[in-house]
Amino acid sequence: MNAREVARVLGLEPLAFPHPEAEVGGGFCSDLLSRAMAEASPGDAWITYQRHLNVVAVAKLKELSLVILARGPEPEPEVAARAEEEGVNLLRSDDGMFELAGRLYALLAGDPETHPAERG
Amino acid sequence: MSPGAIADVGAVSTQIRRILRELGVEPEVVRRVGIICFEGETNIAIFTKGGRITLMVWDDRVELFFADNGPGIEDLELVRRPGYSTAPDWARELGFGAGMGIPNMEKNADTFVLRSRPGKGTAIRATVWRKGNERQGSSAGPGA
Repeated sequence: MNAREVARVLGLEPLAFPHPEAEVGGGFCSDLLSRAMAEASPGDAWITYQRHLNVVAVAKLKELSLVILARGPEPEPEVAARAEEEGVNLLRSDDGMFELAGRLYALLAGDPETHPAERG
Repeated sequence: MSPGAIADVGAVSTQIRRILRELGVEPEVVRRVGIICFEGETNIAIFTKGGRITLMVWDDRVELFFADNGPGIEDLELVRRPGYSTAPDWARELGFGAGMGIPNMEKNADTFVLRSRPGKGTAIRATVWRKGNERQGSSAGPGA
C-alpha cells in the first residue's frame, strides 16, 4: 500500500508530500530519535509527537516511507520546507499516537502486500 | 553548543551517503555508515563546540573517524551500555539522550575503537567491511 492511500484512509494532512507513491511496509512509534535510528525499518511509517528538523533527518537516513506527526501544534515552517527539499513525506493528524497506530496497524494487516504482525 | 545548532544534525550523514552511493558502495554499507555518522554527529552537536568527521573509502572497507576537543567521556564502559546518557535536558526534549548513540554506532560497525580523555576530547574510529571483501585484509598474514 502506498503513502497516498495511507494518507487518504487515515485522513492525514500533507505538510510535504514529495513521494506519495512510496510503499508503506510497516509502522513505527517513538518520540526517541535514537530508537527510531536503531529500530525503524526502511519503508516504515513513523508516528511521533516530535516535530523538529531532526525528525526529517532521521526519516531520510532510515528511508522511511512517511512521517506522521500525531496531534499537536503545527511544526515550524522550516520543518516542512526541509522535508520537501530532502524528499521526505511529512503529514500531520489531529489523532493521537495510540489511535493512529491502531488504525495504521489494522490497515496494513488487511493489506495482502504487507504483514506487520509477522515483523513482531 | 547551543540547542539551535543541533538542527543541522543529519547534514553530514546525508552528504556522506550521497558520496558513498556515487562511488558505488553497497547499499547495506551505505545504510550502516549513515547511521554511525548520524549518531556521531549528534554526539558532537550535543556535547562539544565542534569536531571533525573524516570519511575514508577503500576497496574492502569504509572508515569513519570522529575527533573533537569536547569534555571527553568519564566512563568508557558505562557509555557503551544502552540506556546510559549524560545528555542535557534540552537534548532529551528533542528525543535525544536515550543512551543509544554509542551502542548504535558500535552495533553498526564491524570494528569500533573509542578513545577519550576527560577534559581533552574524544576520538572514534568505526570500520564497516564491504560485502564480499570481509577479512580480505588479513590474507597477507603469516600462515594465510
